[in-house]
Amino acid sequence: MSASAALAQFFAIALALALAPLLTGWVNMCRAWLQNRKAPPLLQPYYLLHKLFHKDVVLARGASPLFTFAPYVVFGCMLLACAIIPTLSTDLPFAPAADTIALVGLFGLARLFIALAAMDVGTGFGMLGGRREMLIGFLAEPALLMVIFTTALISQSTSIATIVDTLARGPFAIYPSLAFAGVAFAFVSLAENARVPVDNPATHLELTMIHEAMVLEYSGRHLALIEWAASLKLFAYSCLGLALFFPWGIAGSDSLAGLLPALPALAAKLAAGGALLALVETVNAKLRIFRAPEFLGSAFLFAVLGLLVRLLLENQA
Amino acid sequence: MPGLLSIDLLLAAIAAWLAIGLAGLLTPRNVHFVGRILFPLGAAVALAAGLAALAFLGSPAEVAVLAIGLPGLPFHLRLDNLAAVFVLLLGFAAAGISVFAAGYFRRGEGAAPGLMGLQYHCFLAAMLLVLLADDAYAFMVAWEGMALASFFLVVTDHRHAEIRSAGYLYLLIAHVGAIAILLCFGVMAAASGDWSFAGMRAQVLSPFWSSAAFLLALAGFGAKAGLLPLHVWLPEAHPAAPSPVSALMSGVMLKTAIYGLLRVCFDLLGEPLWWWGVAAMAAGLASALHGVLYSTVQSDMKRLLAYSSIENIGLIVVALGLALIFQAYGMSGLAALALTALFYHCLAHAGFKSLLFLGTGAVLHATRERSLGRLGGLIHRMPWVAWLALVGIIASAGLPPLSGFVSEWLLLQGFLFTPGLPHSWLNMVVPVAAAIVALVAALAGFAMVKFYGIIFLGQMREEALKEARDAGPWQRAGLAWLAGLTLALGVLPTFVISLIDPATRQLLGTGLAERVREHGWWLLAPISPDRASYAPLLFLVMIAVAVLLGRQLVHRLYHGRVRRAGAWDCGYPFQGPRAQDTAEGFSQPIRRIFAPVFRMERHFPAAGDAQPRYSVRIEDRFWHWLYLPLARAAEGLSWLAVRLQGGRIAAYLLYSFLTLIVLLLVARP
Repeated sequence: MSASAALAQFFAIALALALAPLLTGWVNMCRAWLQNRKAPPLLQPYYLLHKLFHKDVVLARGASPLFTFAPYVVFGCMLLACAIIPTLSTDLPFAPAADTIALVGLFGLARLFIALAAMDVGTGFGMLGGRREMLIGFLAEPALLMVIFTTALISQSTSIATIVDTLARGPFAIYPSLAFAGVAFAFVSLAENARVPVDNPATHLELTMIHEAMVLEYSGRHLALIEWAASLKLFAYSCLGLALFFPWGIAGSDSLAGLLPALPALAAKLAAGGALLALVETVNAKLRIFRAPEFLGSAFLFAVLGLLVRLLLENQA
Repeated sequence: MPGLLSIDLLLAAIAAWLAIGLAGLLTPRNVHFVGRILFPLGAAVALAAGLAALAFLGSPAEVAVLAIGLPGLPFHLRLDNLAAVFVLLLGFAAAGISVFAAGYFRRGEGAAPGLMGLQYHCFLAAMLLVLLADDAYAFMVAWEGMALASFFLVVTDHRHAEIRSAGYLYLLIAHVGAIAILLCFGVMAAASGDWSFAGMRAQVLSPFWSSAAFLLALAGFGAKAGLLPLHVWLPEAHPAAPSPVSALMSGVMLKTAIYGLLRVCFDLLGEPLWWWGVAAMAAGLASALHGVLYSTVQSDMKRLLAYSSIENIGLIVVALGLALIFQAYGMSGLAALALTALFYHCLAHAGFKSLLFLGTGAVLHATRERSLGRLGGLIHRMPWVAWLALVGIIASAGLPPLSGFVSEWLLLQGFLFTPGLPHSWLNMVVPVAAAIVALVAALAGFAMVKFYGIIFLGQMREEALKEARDAGPWQRAGLAWLAGLTLALGVLPTFVISLIDPATRQLLGTGLAERVREHGWWLLAPISPDRASYAPLLFLVMIAVAVLLGRQLVHRLYHGRVRRAGAWDCGYPFQGPRAQDTAEGFSQPIRRIFAPVFRMERHFPAAGDAQPRYSVRIEDRFWHWLYLPLARAAEGLSWLAVRLQGGRIAAYLLYSFLTLIVLLLVARP
C-alpha cells in the first residue's frame, strides 16, 4: 500500500463524512425550489446534526442495549461502504475488502440492525416500520443483484475498481445493456434510500412511513448518527451509481495530483444527480406500500432485460 | 502418531459413544450422572473425532474392514477427504450440542435422561458410521440405524398424539428415501454384483442407468435432506424433538444426506451429465424458495427454523447442481468453486442452525413456550441467549461478516461464470437462477428478523415471561462454542477453504486453495483480486472500530447523557404488548405478495362482533397436492382389501381353496 493510496483512502472517508449531509441538503433545496417552497439553507442537515448531538438522549423505558448499539453499527456500515466505493480514486487500500456483492451484504447488515432496533422498544409503529423495511429489502435485492450481474459481465469482474477501469479507461463503447441496468439501479436506489415513490423522507404521517417509523423512538446523538448514516447511504448509492454507469473522471492509481480534477467532476455529477432525484420526487406521488412490489418488480425486469441484451446482442462483438 | 490411523481413532469414537450410551442405562433417572458426566464425555469424544478429521484432511485414504456384516460381505470402512470434511462438521457441531444438552435435563421432567442418552449417542455413532461406510450394506445399516435412533429421539415425548404422528411421518418418509437409496445402490451394483463402493467406482454405467442411479439418489437422499416434495417431515419432526436433537438433526443429519449425494454423484458415478445439474438446481431452487417463504409465515419458532433448514438445504443443492453443470462441461476449476461453496454452506449451516435450535431450546426451557405469539422481550431476561442468537441470525440471514455470507458469496461468484457455459440456453437461464438465490437470501433476512424480533425484542407478550431465567453455564458454553465457530467460519474463509480443499481435490482433481492462498490470508479472492475479492475480517474490524471510536468521540466531544422516559410512538396512548406485531402480523406482507403460494384459512371478524377475532391458518400446499391424495388412494386400496376380508370363515376357506387351485394350475411340474 503506497502512501498516496493511504492518503486517498483517508480523503475518501473524510470526503464522505463531510459531503454526505451536503448532498442531502442540496436535494432538499432543489425539491423545495421545484415545489415552489422557500428552500431551507444548504447547510441545514449540518445544523440538524449539531443540534441533535447536543441534545439529551431520551431513551424509551423498554429499550435494550441493542437499541443504543444499533445506530453505531449502522453508521459504521455506511462509513465502510463509503470507504470502499470509489469517489475520487480507484486506488483505495480498502477497496479489495468488498466487491459489489459484498457491498449489497453490507447494506443488508445495516438494514437488519435498524429493523431489529425498530422492533426493540415494542411499539406498533416500530414493528410496522421494521417489517416494511425488510419487505423493501427483499424486493430490491434480487433486482440489485441482476444489475450487478449485468455490469459484471461487461468488465468480467464484480470488483468496483475494475468496473470503473474498464468503462472509464478502456476503449469507448456504447453498451445498451447498461441503459437497462441503469434504470433498474435508479429504481432500486429510490427504494433503498426511502425516497418518493416508495417512501417519503419528509413524511410524518404515521401510516405511510417506513424509514421514519423505524427511527421514531430515537433521539439525541442516536438520531444524529442515524440521520448521518442515511445521508451517507444516499451518498454511497449515488457514488456507486456513478461508478457503475458514469465513471468518467474518477482518478486511477497514479498520484494525488489526479485527485484534484476528480473532485469537481464528482461534485458536478452529484449535483446533477441530486437535482434529478429532487425532480423525480416532485413529479411522482408516493405509492401505496403494496404497489412497491410492482415498482421493484419492474426494476427486476429491467435488470433481467439488461442481462439478456448483454448476452444476446453484445456478446457477438 | 505412527501406527495409529485416523480411522482407528474414529472407530474408537464410535465405540466410546456406544459405551457412553449404555452407561446411561445404569442409572437412567440420574440427571446428574447422565447430564453432567456422560454428555460432556460424549462432547469430548465428538471434539476428538472432529480434531482427528482435521488432522487427517489432506492425507491419503485409509481403509478398515470390520469382521461383522453379511457372510462374504464384511463391513468395509474407508476414511477419505470427502468423509473427513463431514466428520469434522459432525464432531465440531456435536461437541457444542452435547455440551448444551448437558445442561438441558432437569429432574423429574420428560423421559428418562439415561434412555435419551443412549438414543442420542447411538444416533451420533450411526452418523459417523454412515460417513465411514465403504460398501452399500454397511452404509444402509448405518443409515437405518441413524433413522431409527433419530426416530426414537423425535418421539421422546410420545405422550402427545401430534408428536407420535410427527414421528410416524418422519419414519415413513425416511423409509421411502431408504428404498430409493437401496435401489440406487442396486442399479450401481447390478452389473458386477459387487456391493462395495470400490466395485461401483470401478465400473462404467451406460448413460441411462447412471441417470437412473442419479435420480434415485436425488430422491432418496433428498428425502432425508428435506428436498421438495419430500420435505414435509421436517417442520413436523423438528418441533416435536427435544431441542438438542432438533439441532443435531438439522445441523448434522441433513448434511449426511448431502454427503451421500456427493458420494454418489461425484465419486461412484463418474462423469456427470449436464442435465443432472439442471435437475438438482431446479429441485434446490424450488426447495429454497418454498422453504424460505413458509419459514417467514410460521408462528412456531422451531417450525420456522425447520423451514429455514429446507431453504438452506435447497441452497446447498443449488450449489451441487452448479458444480455438476460445470463438471459436465469439463470446467473443473469452476466446479471446484461451486463445490467449495457447497462445503462451506454445509459447515456454516451446521454451526448457525444448531446455534439457533439450541437458542430456541433455551427459550423453551425458560418459558415453556414455543409459539412466537406468546414470547417477546427476552433480551432483558436472557441476555446471553439473546446476544449469542444474534450471531446465529446474522449468519442465517446470509450477511457479512459471518459464515452464511461467505458461502452465498462463493455461490454467486460461481453463478457469474454461467454465461460462459457452452450451451445455448443454459447460459441465459442459469444466471437468472442467481436472482432467485438473492431473493431467497433476502427473504431469509426477513424470516430471521421476525424470529429474533418477536422472541427477543419488544415488550413481553405474557406476564409469565417476567419469570424467565437465562440459560445455565452448560447451555451458555454450548451456545458460545457454536457462535464462535460461526464467527470463525465467517472471518477466516481462506483457512477454511484450505481445509476443505482436499475434498474438492478428491472429487474434481482441482481445488481453490492455491489461488486463494496467493493473496494473503485476510483476503478471499477465489479467482483473482481484480475479478472479485472479499475481506470479512476487515469488515469486522472496521465496523468494530467505527462503533467504539464513534461512541468514544461522540461521548468525548458532546456528552453521554441519557434520560429514560416512556416510548413516544407518535403520541399514541395505548402502548401495551398487544399493540405490537404478532407473528402473523409481521408476515402479513409476505402472505399478501405471495398469496398463491400458501393455502390459507382465514377468519375475519364481522363489523358488529362484540369480541372480534382474527385468525389465519397456513398449511403446506404439498399436503393437498401430493400427500392427502396419496393417503386417500392408499385408503381406497385398503377398502378394497377390506371387501375381501369380510370376516366370514367360509369366504376365507374359499380363498384358500381357489388359491390352491390356481397354484396347482400354474405350478405344474
